[in-house]
Amino acid sequence: MRIQLDFGAVLAEWPLLLTGIGWTLALTAAAVLVGTALGIACAWVRARGFGAELAPRWLQVVVGGYVELIRNTPFIVQLFFIFFGLPAAGFKLSAETASFIAMVINLGAYATEIIRAGLEATPKGQIEAAVSLALTRLQTFTRVVLPPALQKIWPSLVSQIVIVMLGSSVCGQISTQELSYAADLIQSNNFRSFEAFIVVGVLYLLLSFAVRHLLNWAGATFLFGRR
Amino acid sequence: MVDFSLWDIVRNLLLALRWTVGLSLIAFIGGGLVGLLLLMLRLSKLPGAGVFVSAYVQLFQGVPLLVQLFLAYYGLGLFGINTSPWVAAGMGLTFYASAFLTEIWRGCVASIPRGQWEASQSLALNFAEQLRYVILPQAFKIAVAPTVGFLVQVIKGTALASVIGFMELTKVGKTIANATYSPFLVFSCVAVLYFVLCYPVSLYAKSLERKLHAPR
Repeated sequence: MRIQLDFGAVLAEWPLLLTGIGWTLALTAAAVLVGTALGIACAWVRARGFGAELAPRWLQVVVGGYVELIRNTPFIVQLFFIFFGLPAAGFKLSAETASFIAMVINLGAYATEIIRAGLEATPKGQIEAAVSLALTRLQTFTRVVLPPALQKIWPSLVSQIVIVMLGSSVCGQISTQELSYAADLIQSNNFRSFEAFIVVGVLYLLLSFAVRHLLNWAGATFLFGRR
Repeated sequence: MVDFSLWDIVRNLLLALRWTVGLSLIAFIGGGLVGLLLLMLRLSKLPGAGVFVSAYVQLFQGVPLLVQLFLAYYGLGLFGINTSPWVAAGMGLTFYASAFLTEIWRGCVASIPRGQWEASQSLALNFAEQLRYVILPQAFKIAVAPTVGFLVQVIKGTALASVIGFMELTKVGKTIANATYSPFLVFSCVAVLYFVLCYPVSLYAKSLERKLHAPR
């Protein structure tokens, strides 16, 4: 038996692929911005030398429970819970909103543990120096502790961001129009399922290379370049 | 609408949990074997082996598991193999796990000081003996904690097998949610079951890690 692969039929649907790439990147970018902010806040609560001594006990329990719950359940179940489960409890969400929320919650939990490691690696002298300069606690955290902590963990955070971007392929299952959903649409148009998923797989590969290098470069050039 | 008591839901989900566990074990053990093979290939320093293995790892870490599973599912069918979801999911997850495990273990082997290789070489051990008696026993100790940690990723990865029709926990959960119209309850139960499965493994991995870094 000879197998004939027809990539032309898939590539002819390039507008669908382009829309998919757009949605994947947009969802990832939005989730990264909000998720990292959430991660920083939760990391402060959990980090020894910071919130672990200062934050109220109940807040620590809530944040700890959130991080462990998300890290020990599959993303697809979190997504289904938000998209199918929450409307039954009265919160109706569009597929795109549900995908965005699921990605933020997911990245937030992983980012918490990554950023916490960075915070806990801060030398004690740095904080003492900041206090002796009469910086407030908030100023110490945002100006003295956070920037070098983020710089230290940036490569791990970038890896996690790439994982979240690849994970967003699952959002197609609730009909968010991201890249893997485009593959689904294309194969239902022309029955070239294998080719469609090969093309989409290659696109994901290129995207993960591009995002990883872009973020590593941006981190070195813009975020941590002033030294 | 089907009448399901809470116990009916939990009972069916527990039955489905067997297949999640089974698929996880297949992927983890299969991935471990393939990963070990790839590790040997890389350490052997055969011409081209390093490039091949790192391309393999990049490929499987840069393409979503979901797409890999679809490719396994449609690809096997294309080659005339009668695909059951078991075969496609088992193969897809095995390759996925092997790429991550071989990369984890490479890091462990790389953390063994060069002097250990050189010393064993100077004792006239051949390549296999160097690995068997000197390098791997030491690397194994470091590797246990991250390997157990990766098992959690594999268990969570099996949830994606639901999209190619594999009747594991997530798929059964979705089916029951459709039948009972109570998705909130059903997906809560599904999440709790995954948590009950994964959290002890996470804790165990963390305790292993702590033991490893404890001062001796």
